[in-house]
Amino acid sequence: MSLRASPFVRQWLQSDGKAVTLHTGKVDIGQRISTALAQVVTEELTIAPEEIRVAPVTTAGSPDEGITSGSNSVEHSGHALRLAAATLRHWLHARLTDAEGCGPWILENGAFRREGANISHSIAGLMVSEDWSNLEVDTGATPMAPADTLPAPQMRGLKDMVRGSFTFVHDIDVPDMVHARVVRPPHARATLASVDTGTLSRLTDEGLQVIQSGNFIAVAGKGEWAIVRAAARLGVACQWARNGGLSEEDVFGALTRDNAIRRLPVVDGLPLEDEPVPAQPANPAYSQRFERPYFLHGALAPSAAFAVFRSDVLEITCHSQGIYPLRDSIADSLGLAPEKVVITHMQGSGCYGHNGADDAAFEAALVALELAGTPVLLKWSREDEHAWEPFAPAMATELAAETGPDGQVAFFSAEVFSDTHRGRPRAGPDRAGPARLLANQWRDCDVPAPTAAPNMNRHGGMHRNLDPVYTFPEKRLVKNLVGGLPHRTSAFRCLGATTNIFALESMMDTLAKQASEDPVRYRLNQMQDPRGRAVLERLSEQIALRATPPDTGGRGIAYAQYKNAMTRVGMCVDIDMADTGEVLLKDVLIVADAGRVLDRHGLIAQLEGGFIQGASIALSEEVIWDRDGILSRDWESYPVLRFDRVPQITVDLIEAQHEPSAGAGEATPGPAIAAIANALYDATGMRMTRLPLTADAILRHAAAL
Amino acid sequence: MSLRLCINGETHDVADDPDTPLIYVLRDTLKLKGTKLGCGLEQCGACAVLVDGEVRLSCVSPAGTFEGQKITTIEGVGATRAGKRVQESFVAESAAQCGYCTAGLVVAVTALLEQTPSPDPEKTRTALAPHLCRCGSHPRILKAVETAAGRS
Ligand code: FES
Ligand code: FES
Repeated sequence: MSLRASPFVRQWLQSDGKAVTLHTGKVDIGQRISTALAQVVTEELTIAPEEIRVAPVTTAGSPDEGITSGSNSVEHSGHALRLAAATLRHWLHARLTDAEGCGPWILENGAFRREGANISHSIAGLMVSEDWSNLEVDTGATPMAPADTLPAPQMRGLKDMVRGSFTFVHDIDVPDMVHARVVRPPHARATLASVDTGTLSRLTDEGLQVIQSGNFIAVAGKGEWAIVRAAARLGVACQWARNGGLSEEDVFGALTRDNAIRRLPVVDGLPLEDEPVPAQPANPAYSQRFERPYFLHGALAPSAAFAVFRSDVLEITCHSQGIYPLRDSIADSLGLAPEKVVITHMQGSGCYGHNGADDAAFEAALVALELAGTPVLLKWSREDEHAWEPFAPAMATELAAETGPDGQVAFFSAEVFSDTHRGRPRAGPDRAGPARLLANQWRDCDVPAPTAAPNMNRHGGMHRNLDPVYTFPEKRLVKNLVGGLPHRTSAFRCLGATTNIFALESMMDTLAKQASEDPVRYRLNQMQDPRGRAVLERLSEQIALRATPPDTGGRGIAYAQYKNAMTRVGMCVDIDMADTGEVLLKDVLIVADAGRVLDRHGLIAQLEGGFIQGASIALSEEVIWDRDGILSRDWESYPVLRFDRVPQITVDLIEAQHEPSAGAGEATPGPAIAAIANALYDATGMRMTRLPLTADAILRHAAAL
Repeated sequence: MSLRLCINGETHDVADDPDTPLIYVLRDTLKLKGTKLGCGLEQCGACAVLVDGEVRLSCVSPAGTFEGQKITTIEGVGATRAGKRVQESFVAESAAQCGYCTAGLVVAVTALLEQTPSPDPEKTRTALAPHLCRCGSHPRILKAVETAAGRS
């Protein structure tokens, strides 16, 4: 889509004669995409990274590349940019040859130099002196051969981050700006019954503004701490009708075929609309159900957004992953023409999927519209982010298998159950864009409640990695979209893959044991993909060099290729068991093939970071609630992995420099969870199938045996 | 009401209510935006500053309680040799992804190395446990500590 929407080279690359500026529609969300993209330009045009600027991503001019997600940024934007830069290089070279004869021209340090003569033309200079405004990106342009000599790029912005001079959305501070906070209901079903008028008039007397529409109520004014306190006072002044409270039904009991609003067969990773669902296998030799609870993105920084409404234009600065779809959703919500809403991306903290970013942007816009002309910085509190971000959906994956005489899988069935993973505001039926913005469910407006529709994309939504990467001769795959569950859900890093890989790789572990096979060998015997085999072979070699884990501990391995098409990962996790029942992560080995490596440090950081997030999900993360609201409202009621539980991690990259680069941001969480569960099985003989694997859950499981 | 604070070697007289948590005085009044708010509950470490050389969280404690003490924020950490070395090692080891936890961690690692120039990995892990990083930059950060301690 990147090049279709933005076919001209000038839409990707510009220059002022000195520096080259790259334009992208993909945004930095902690995955260091701007570093990787600048590296592409460095490789194609030989310009040093310091001399490359990355333009802010804005709906006023950046390429529309949809949403930054699914580890697609390097493939989409990186590919488009590489072709744009290669096209430009070829074109400039041809121009020089035309104008000044065939050199030979040598391209070095961002300039064409003629061998033997003292003539040099910088690319930045040529970009200003030549007219290439109509140059279209040539999709057949030959990229530069990968050079081994380029130094690994340094992460953009890091120097400022360590000095405290990097600006996040949260740090915006302009003259006359007011701060704003939203006062939220106790839970999603509550409605505003009344607001104490005494408090309202006192707040107004103090020069603060209270903005109310239906159940949406916010306060704005000068001074951040003053507004934090005012929001607390306004919170006390609000009376809410509880309307029966949240459903306390066991969500795992609700994730069933009976509750499915859509049930679809999946073939080769693709759901089929009009095909019958194949029958469930009767009495399979192996059958097991795997479950994960609701969990949080839990961004370190609560969401924030800046907005100002002036001269009929609503300008928003926020950390949304999809500024174009968000712009359309906000414009539709407010009855504005899309060009009257301009959204510019600025970094927030890492988001790991659809968190409060888009909702905060819309809320800032609502306040800014009321206070026309006044810049507004709206922030969520920690409690807001925990209780109101769209959660990662609770899920279940039911596996069944038959094995042949050799112990290998002859028949495989996987059925997945989940609420929607698609809560992002973007245009769709039933005004899906506006419906998915939280404040539209609260304020007075005619926006309907959001409805869920199954994701029909290959490896989309809950069925991501449902299709096993192994050569099982017969497969039955089914997805069940379950409705009527208690919480709003949306995209979290890896979508359904975490659950599906946890399930599949747990099964492989069990079946390998049953067949008395080495777990790596067992997988190799059922894999054709040569690059996957190379990863597993390397894993096996590396494991042979490791000390065996202690008697009280265990070792688990797992393999996955994200979406069966991206980065391949083999993993080995060694654990020890504490007397308390807690899993202690000790040593982790990650072998990965991500194709051509653009940003080595960045790639390793993504693989390690994915492991740690996966480990945190595996060992501790779970949203809890009761009828009065969400109980996971801070880092104590929702514990996550901290430094004292971080293991030693070794990453071994198989560098396939002649293969295309594959995104790696989502490659490790799935295998991390599976390898930890497998290590737990190795250590204790207990096959745990519901996350998280807390000390409590482990002790309860042991007691029930 | 006025409050006298010594921050990064300079004296500031501010008109904030002494009950205001220090971080709001730093960020809002003094425009020192490097210190980050992650929770406001003393649970995540994003807001760490140095107070007389010790790591302190700035998101809850009233600014008034810091009078007469020497506050160093991330903006001032680079002025000491240890602080500068920590900043450089974070860059050299690429010890961040989104960078939102970075300021608090640079502050915490600086204090750690001032007190224990060569901490063993267990000590480092324990010392940094009050700090969350949701991007999972921990391994790189631990490496940066080793580098700053002159061990790699
Ligand atoms: S913001 Fe102070 S500890 Fe989280
Ligand atoms: S780098 Fe994002 S929270 Fe640490």
